[in-house]
This record gives sequence, C-alpha cells and structure tokens, in this order.
Amino acid sequence: MSECRKIAVFGGVYNNHLALTAALEDARRRGADTAFCLGDMGAFGPHPDRTISILREHDVQCIQGNYDNSIGNELPDCQCGYTDPRDNHFARISYAYTLANTSLTNREWLRQLPAQRRVRLGKYRVFMCHGSPRRTNEFLWESTTSTHFLEHLCRNYDADVILATHTGIKWHRPLADGRQFVNVGVLGRPENDGRTNVWYALLSAESDFQVEFVPVAYDHERLAAQMRSENLPGEFVATILSGWWTTCLEVLPAKERRRGRY
Amino acid sequence: MRLPIVPLAHLDDLWFQVTGTLCNLACTHCFIRCTPHNRSFGFLDLGTIRRSLDESVPLGVKEYYFTGGEPFLHPDMPAILELTLRYGPATVLTNGTLFNDEILRRLRAAEDASPYSLEIRVSIDGYRRTENDAVRGHGTFDRILCGIRQLVEREFMPIITVTKTDDNQGDADLFDGFVRLMRENGYTRPRVKILPTLRIGAEAERRRGYGTEERVSMEMLEGFDQGTLLCNHARIVSDRGVHVCPILIEASDSRLGATLAEAEQPFALTHQACFTCYQYGTICSNPTSQSHDV
Repeated sequence: MSECRKIAVFGGVYNNHLALTAALEDARRRGADTAFCLGDMGAFGPHPDRTISILREHDVQCIQGNYDNSIGNELPDCQCGYTDPRDNHFARISYAYTLANTSLTNREWLRQLPAQRRVRLGKYRVFMCHGSPRRTNEFLWESTTSTHFLEHLCRNYDADVILATHTGIKWHRPLADGRQFVNVGVLGRPENDGRTNVWYALLSAESDFQVEFVPVAYDHERLAAQMRSENLPGEFVATILSGWWTTCLEVLPAKERRRGRY
Repeated sequence: MRLPIVPLAHLDDLWFQVTGTLCNLACTHCFIRCTPHNRSFGFLDLGTIRRSLDESVPLGVKEYYFTGGEPFLHPDMPAILELTLRYGPATVLTNGTLFNDEILRRLRAAEDASPYSLEIRVSIDGYRRTENDAVRGHGTFDRILCGIRQLVEREFMPIITVTKTDDNQGDADLFDGFVRLMRENGYTRPRVKILPTLRIGAEAERRRGYGTEERVSMEMLEGFDQGTLLCNHARIVSDRGVHVCPILIEASDSRLGATLAEAEQPFALTHQACFTCYQYGTICSNPTSQSHDV
C-alpha cells in the first residue's frame, strides 16, 4: 500500500480536459504529492482522448468508473440506470459521442483500470472507489446516506477513510472513532449551484485528518465553444456556462434537487 | 425441487407497514386490498418504530421507507417522520389526500432540521380524471391534485408515482401526460416514477392474476444481478413482526422473525409477484437509490 502525505483527489472528469489541466496545476502549487482520479473520464464534454492523454501524461492514479467500464468494454450504455426518457435521451447522445471519439488504445487503458485503490495517508487507511466500495454505480448522496451505513462500510472494508465520487456533488461527513467519508466531487461539470467553477478535494493527515474542497476556475467559455463545434447538445453547454444542471436530474434526491434550478 | 433462494446481502432499506392495511381509499389494483375497513394488519406505534430504528443503527441501514395502507391515517405520522429523520433519510408512500397545514408545516420543519431528505411519493394512476378515478375511486383525482399543490406550496418535490394500469399505454405517453398535468398544477419540475402492477390482491380480480409460467426459477437466477430484487437488501416491519418485502406481507412465509436480526435469513422466491420484481427490478425503491452490478 502506497504512503502519502498530501493528496489531490477528484472524479467525474466527463471530458473536461481544460478543468483537469487547471486542477492538476492548482494541486501541484498547493503541494499535493499524488493526484488520484476516481473515474468517469468520459461523457458530457468534448474530445475524450485529450482527457485521457492528460491523465496518463501526469501519471494520475486512476480507478475505473461505470462510464469507463462501459467505454472500455464497448457496452451499449453508460450504466447510469436512468428511467426518465429525457435523461436517457441525453445519456445516449453523450455516450455515443464519447465511445466514437475514444481511441482503441484508450479504450484498452480504461478497461484495465482497477475498481478500487487503497493508500495510507498518515495513520489513516484510505479506501478509494467510484460509487461505493461495494458497487461502482451506487449513488452516495449526502441527503440519502445514513451515517451508520457509512460506518458499516468502513468496518466491512477495513477503512478509516472512504473516498467516492459518482454523484457529481461533493460532501464530507466525519464518522465515529475518527473515521471519515468524503465524496470528492467532480471536475466535469459545475455542481448545480449557479457557479461555473468545479471542485476537487485536497486531503492531508499530518496530525489529524483534514479535507479541503478546492474550487477550480477554468476557461469554461472555451470549453463551451469546443462543445458547440463538436455539436454536443445545447443543454450540456448551458450547464457549463450557467452552473445549473439541465440533464440527469432524475437521480437527484429531494434536498439536492431543490437547490438546483431545473 | 431446488428453490430460487435469495440471501439478504445487506439491510439497506428498512420499511414500515405503518398503518397496516387500513386506507381511506379502496383502489381496485391494490396488491394487498387495503380499504377503510381492512384491519387485518394494525398500526405501528411510535415505541415499536423507535425500537426498530435503534436496532437498525448497528446493522448499518441506509434508508427508511413508510407505507400502508395510507400512512397519514396514523395520528403520529409527523412525529414518526421527525424521529426517523434523526436516524437517516425517510420516504413516505401516500395517496396525498389527507394533508393539512399542520402536518405539512411539521414535515417541512423536520426535513429542514435534518441533513437527510424526506421524500414524499404520491400515487396517482391516470393523468385524466376518468382513468384515475376508475382505479382510485370517484373524486380522488381532484383530491390528489389538491394534495400535490399543497406539497409544492411547502417546497416539497413529490415523486409522482404512477402504476401502469393499462398495458396498451406507452411509458413515454404516460410520462409526458403527467409532466403536463403537474405543470398545469404549479409543479414546474415534476418527478415521475412509473410502476408495473402486481397481479395479486385486488389487481388479480381487476384484470388478471399471474399465468402459471410467470414465476422465478432457479435457472433464471443464474448470472442475474440479485441486487435488483428488494428481498436482497430490504425488510419490512409490520405489527406481526418482520417480513421479507412490502409486496408479500400477507403471505404466510413472508414473516421471517420478530426482530431485524432474526429476519436476516434468506428467502425463497416461490411467489408469483416475485416475477414482477424480477422483470422490472427494485420497483419499490426511489430512483436515487437504484444501482446494479457493473
């Protein structure tokens, strides 16, 4: 198990190569010794191969999200499990685009990514996963996950800290006996709060466990222009420019949904 | 004969049959024939619910669900939800016809004070008055819409839960019809969940029961993602004990014990309603909580 002092962790890049570059630069400036990506490299944004090149070039330690599993294995859909026909319509567009524009070499790279990683951060045993330790596409939302469920996961997976992503909205909850759960957020799209920045998490444990959510401003107008020239849906572009989610809303619980505009 | 047996992987969802089989309506598709007179299952009192909530903590339960009957016939329903929201997320399945200002004020305050969501699922079975009232009873369409408007005024975003009572109607048509209806009633961002009927109870008489071939076999479970079956991750508390799932409470083998710990044993899918769960996946859970094997 590798040992770390200060780590940058993010998920859900969703082809947002501009935010990825900005986040990696920011993390380096802040003294992170390693960067981890918890999966879902594709979807939503433009030019999937650019994101994967950056992750590989910077030696980001990656795990496989449901999207990566789908693209890597060329499955028929992204395995997000939508039932709302509108959400499914946009999920299909996004998936077809990402699959068609991910090279065979990069599909192979996505296919071989591990589903989880364990590292040591100070005295803490950290377990990293995409959705939850038990299911890649399980949503762990702040408002629908009881504290004792998270404590059960820590016990079951011999972890002091569990890190996940998948929902698209960051949150942190301290648990009993100094254990922690952190949803590290995503770099791919803003988190439905009317702001255009995205987020990653900076974690350290020199004495006690510390988590800092770091906002990342990037050239979102340039990303929007690239999305338009790739003929991606105007609804996706609107999210990048406004900070409000316009699609994939069905899976949001009441509290999280209420905070958004759509 | 070997039976298709499903173990409890983990108790994620704890359900409560909070008002037993008592309902203020008598829908013709109800899978447990709840009516204003059916008292075969009784109410759960606050003390029983508190004991189950306490027992659920070391077991690591993720979410809590309340069904009936009609939950808001319970005089303590606001207090039950206030208590539950101190433990975790709560969902209540209602016909939406029994709200008043005091109930809704307390529910709004309880959710605001909690880190957890209070999901309210309102059942309505047609986006036209005639279709709904044929199933749920004369005058219910207007009463349900009134309940939805009251919820929206209190900033709830109810999940409009529609049972597909006509096989010939497409999901997209139903979905669009309900979105339109909700917007006309001031619910601008409607959430809609479409469910299949369960061909047991009153529904077996309204249309038809299951055919002899419609059951789950051992072979059907091979390579099947059992996480989509509710019995793989849920149990329900009634006034008689703990049962395998909300659909089968009337079946004699559905009661698995007196406590949650006793009810952790596996269950054999010998009931034909299991076929619907097998076909459609965790129909009872919220869309926010569904996941499957990758």
